[in-house]
Amino acid sequence: MTRLAIIDYGSGNVRSVQRALEAAANAHEIRLDIVLTDDPDRIRQADRIVLPGVGHFADCAAGLANRQGVTEALNEAVFRSKRPFLGICVGMQLMADVGREDVETPGLGWIPGAVERLTPKDAKLPVPHMGWNVLTDLTSHPVLSGLGPDPHVYFVHSYALKPEHRDHIAARCDYGGKFVAAVARDNLFGTQFHPEKSQKAGQTLLANFLRWKP
Amino acid sequence: MLKVRVIPCLDVKDGRTVKGVNFVDLRDAGDPVALARAYDAQGADELCFLDITASHEKRATMIDVVERTADACFMPLTVGGGVRTPDDMVAMLKAGADKVAINTAAVLDPDIIRACARKVGSQAVVMAMDVRREGDGWVVYTHGGRNSSGKDAVAFARQIVDLGAGEILLTSMDRDGTKDGYDIPLLRAIRDVVSVPLIASGGAGNVQHMADAVLKGGADAVLAASIFHFGEATIADAKAALAAAGAPVRPTVDA
Repeated sequence: MTRLAIIDYGSGNVRSVQRALEAAANAHEIRLDIVLTDDPDRIRQADRIVLPGVGHFADCAAGLANRQGVTEALNEAVFRSKRPFLGICVGMQLMADVGREDVETPGLGWIPGAVERLTPKDAKLPVPHMGWNVLTDLTSHPVLSGLGPDPHVYFVHSYALKPEHRDHIAARCDYGGKFVAAVARDNLFGTQFHPEKSQKAGQTLLANFLRWKP
Repeated sequence: MLKVRVIPCLDVKDGRTVKGVNFVDLRDAGDPVALARAYDAQGADELCFLDITASHEKRATMIDVVERTADACFMPLTVGGGVRTPDDMVAMLKAGADKVAINTAAVLDPDIIRACARKVGSQAVVMAMDVRREGDGWVVYTHGGRNSSGKDAVAFARQIVDLGAGEILLTSMDRDGTKDGYDIPLLRAIRDVVSVPLIASGGAGNVQHMADAVLKGGADAVLAASIFHFGEATIADAKAALAAAGAPVRPTVDA
């Protein structure tokens, strides 16, 4: 039985993430015990950790910081004990050193780099970038396996993570220029898109994450 | 490249779908969750639920429908009908909606859009505009198309986007239910003044109409009800027509 903790810190639709993970687990006969939690002890006990996030970088960062011991527990479980971790949308952005949405806010500092506003070359392209788009430049990372040649996934965001190191980029996407759609480093994986809203491609990715042994 | 979205729309009253639905192999065509599952399997890019329940007190029924749909369908979900305040939006988002459409309340008091965008972010705020042609222009209607607000649709669209609406769901009352095709000049007029995504609604009679809405009208998404509900066209048919016309679509096999 895999114990999976979804960090519930007042941001984002934890329910959608939970249901999508449960469906992916059922479809692949993975025994999964999910807890929604902001309790540092339960975070430390989890085998896998998912950090969702919707909205404003600074709000989400404050949501984590205001919960006593959560950042420390994440650092311990994820960064030191190397438990598989998945950050989704702002949950992925929080893996960076710093966010630059309106104000400069420190992130968890796991992926060197900054979160900056999308600037499509075609000024007619609206920001937020919202809808179905194609992943490009996919690496052979296990979490991205089986997605097929041009996987479509669902995005809703105005900012994107720019990693300092090229080898932390797992996939890109084109929206008036390329931006980073997924990051990976050791036991860490992050998606700018929403696998929990990406139908079959999303289900495949979530099942990959649940089986991933970094 | 971002893909054009094909969006089936379900009218829901007291937790049941209205406007007859004629789906093959569906035991209960009145169950919005069962229909949502069917469209999910067909490869719809997004689902839209419009709650036409008359009384505000029955809103809990709609929340339950949204929750059960979000539990079963892992795709974007837009919900509208009877939304009056930022807190109404929050309740729908918590239930599992990704976007919430607002109509009458925002026509009567556009500043509500600003309050909603502050609370949930522009990306979740959809302005549902019901408009009718009057003279040389178009006028915005409220209360499900029953009352004229007297407001010019083009000026109103500009105003609510400035206030923070993240998307416009544009329904032509003149075309709704006619199957004569979307109102292309209306789409064009709104497209020319706003940069946010524009959803064409009202008048879809065949899949070519959908391609016209995108290629000629400049729509980013096409919404339809009866053409899909009665099986006159599948989501795959719509996407094939869009692709043949040169519009970028997400293949249904990816769903």
